[in-house]
Amino acid sequence: MNWITRLIERPSAILGRSRQSPPEGLWIKCPSCCEAIYNKEMERSLMVCPKCGHHHRVAAADRARFLFDEGTFEHLDTELRSRDPLEFRDKKKYRDRLKEASKKAGEEDSVRNYLGDIEGLTVSASIFEFGFMGGSMGSVAGEKIVRGMERALERRCPYLLVAASGGARMQEGVLSLMQMAKTSAAAKRLQQERVPFISLLTDPTMGGVSASVAWLGDIVLVEPKALVGFAGPRVIRETVNQELPEGFQRAEFLLEHGLVDAIVDRRRLRPTLRQLFGQLLQRPYRQN
Amino acid sequence: MPRSYLEFERPIAELASKIEDLSGMGGDAGVNIAEEVARLREKRDRLIKQIYGDLNRWQRSQLARHPDRPYFLDYVPLLFDDFQELHGDRAFADDGAIVGGVARFHEHAVVVVGHQKGRDTKEKIRRNFGMPRPEGYRKALRLFQLAERFDMPVMTFIDTAGAWPGVDAEERGQSEAIARNLMELSALAVPVICTVIGEGGSGGALAIGVGDRLYMQEFTTYSVISPEGCAAILWHDRKYADQAAEALKPTAQDLLELGLIDGVIPEPMGGAHADVEGAAERLDETLGKAVEELLATPRDDLLAARQKRLRGLGVFADER
Repeated sequence: MNWITRLIERPSAILGRSRQSPPEGLWIKCPSCCEAIYNKEMERSLMVCPKCGHHHRVAAADRARFLFDEGTFEHLDTELRSRDPLEFRDKKKYRDRLKEASKKAGEEDSVRNYLGDIEGLTVSASIFEFGFMGGSMGSVAGEKIVRGMERALERRCPYLLVAASGGARMQEGVLSLMQMAKTSAAAKRLQQERVPFISLLTDPTMGGVSASVAWLGDIVLVEPKALVGFAGPRVIRETVNQELPEGFQRAEFLLEHGLVDAIVDRRRLRPTLRQLFGQLLQRPYRQN
Repeated sequence: MPRSYLEFERPIAELASKIEDLSGMGGDAGVNIAEEVARLREKRDRLIKQIYGDLNRWQRSQLARHPDRPYFLDYVPLLFDDFQELHGDRAFADDGAIVGGVARFHEHAVVVVGHQKGRDTKEKIRRNFGMPRPEGYRKALRLFQLAERFDMPVMTFIDTAGAWPGVDAEERGQSEAIARNLMELSALAVPVICTVIGEGGSGGALAIGVGDRLYMQEFTTYSVISPEGCAAILWHDRKYADQAAEALKPTAQDLLELGLIDGVIPEPMGGAHADVEGAAERLDETLGKAVEELLATPRDDLLAARQKRLRGLGVFADER
C-alpha cells in the first residue's frame, strides 16, 4: 500500500480538506462513483466529478473563484467577528470552538461577502462557509447577509445567496434564532425595491437557514442531490419512527414536490445566473 | 381539576393533598381542623413563594410546558369577546396546531392567532401536540393578510415545542412556510403584538413571532432549540438537558437582559396554571396598553420602527 492508495482508500482524508483547494498532484476518489480523479481535473470541473457528476462540497473562497469573472471580485465585510454574548459552554467553551473553527476555515465566520461580476454583470453575494462550525448562522452570519443585501440595494445590483448550513448556531441561543427574522426582513426590502435575489441551495442547507433567508429568493435554485430541509433526517426518523423514503430531502425530491424552481449543475451555474438576473432586471412593462 | 406536579413541585403537592384531606373532614373537631387548614395553607403559600422564587433554567423550561399550564384557547374567552375561529389555509388543510380568528379586544376588532396544544390524548393528537405543519403557518399568514386588508391589529400567542419534524411537513415545504411568514410579518402594515405563553420553540415559534412588541410571561422560555435537543447534539446525550438549559439562557428574564423582549408579564403566585384568571388579567393589562399605543402610531413610523428593531438584532464585534 503506497501513499496514493492509502489516500484513495480514505477519500474523506482528502475531501475533508478539500474545503481548501486540493493540494497539488493528488488523486481524489469520488465517493459517489469511486473513480479516482486527478485533482486538477476535478478543479477544472468545479469540484463536480467528471465521471458521474457528483457535486462535492466547496469552500466559500473556491466557490467565489468558480462563480465570478477572473479578477473582478472583492471580498468584503471581513472584519466582523463573533462574540460570546451568552458565555456559552457545553463540553467545550464557545470561544474555544470559535478559535478552532477560525484555524480550520478562516477567521470570517460562516458567511463571506463578495462583490463581483458574473459574465459581466455585477452581483452582491453572500456565500456560506460550511467548514466554519457547519455553516451555522449566528449574529455575524446574519449581519453579513443583511450587509450583502444592503449593498445590492445601494448599488441597485442583484443579490445572490449561496447557502450551506446546518442551521442556526446553538451557541448564540435565541440571538441566532433572531437572525432568521433579521435576514428575512432584509429580504423583504429587496422585494419591495425590486432588487432581484436568487438563492442557491447547496449540500446541506437545513434548519434555521433553510427556514428563513435561503428560501426567500425570487428564484430558488438547488444543486443536484443537495440535502435541503427543515428538520434533519435523523430527527425525523426518530420522531416518526419509520424509514425515510428514498431520496428524501434531496434536490430532486424538492423539485418533484414543487419546492424549488430548478436544479442547476454547477458547471452551468454562471450562464444560468447571468441569464436569470438579466431577465429579472429587464422589466419591459415597467411604468416609471 | 386534578393537578399534575413536577418533581420540584412535590413538596407543594404533599401539602395540598394534606389540606384537601383535612378540609374533607368535618364533625366535632371542625374548629381545630379549620385552624390547621389555615396554618397549612399559609405554609403552602410560603413554600410556593420559596420554590418559585428560586427556579433554575431547567425547572423554568419544564414549567413553560407544565401539563396544567393554560393554553391559547384557555385565554381566548378571558381576553376577547366575539371570537370567531377562521379555519384552513385554503390550499391543503386546517392545521389544529395553530388556531386563528377574528375577535374584539378592548373594543377593537383584532385578528388573533396562537399555537394550541391539546389537553387530553384525543385533542393532543388532533392538535399534533401543538407542533404546526406548513398549512398551519400558511393559515396564519392568510389571517395576517386579512388583518392587513382591514386595518386590524394582530395579536399572536406563542406556545409550541417547535414546527413538526415529519415527512409530510417536509414534503409540503415546512422551511418555505416559516420563511414566508418571517418575511411577510416584517412588513405587515398593521400593529403586531406577540406574546410567549408557554414554550417558544425555535422557528416554529418565530413564524408567528415577528412584530412590534414581544412579551413573555414570567415562566416561559424562548429558544433556538429545546434543552433536550441541544443536549443530544452537543453533549451527545439528552440527559444533560439541565446543563443545556443553563447554557441556552432561554428564560423570560434572560431575553429581557439580552434586550430581545419588551417586557416580562408577571404570573400569579405558583404560575399561570395556579390561577388562569389572574394570569389573564395581567396579560390583559400589558396587551391592552400595547394595542392602544400602537394604534396611535402612524403606519410609516410603525413599519420603520419594526424594520429598525429587526435590523438591530444580534451581538457581534466589528474590528474595523
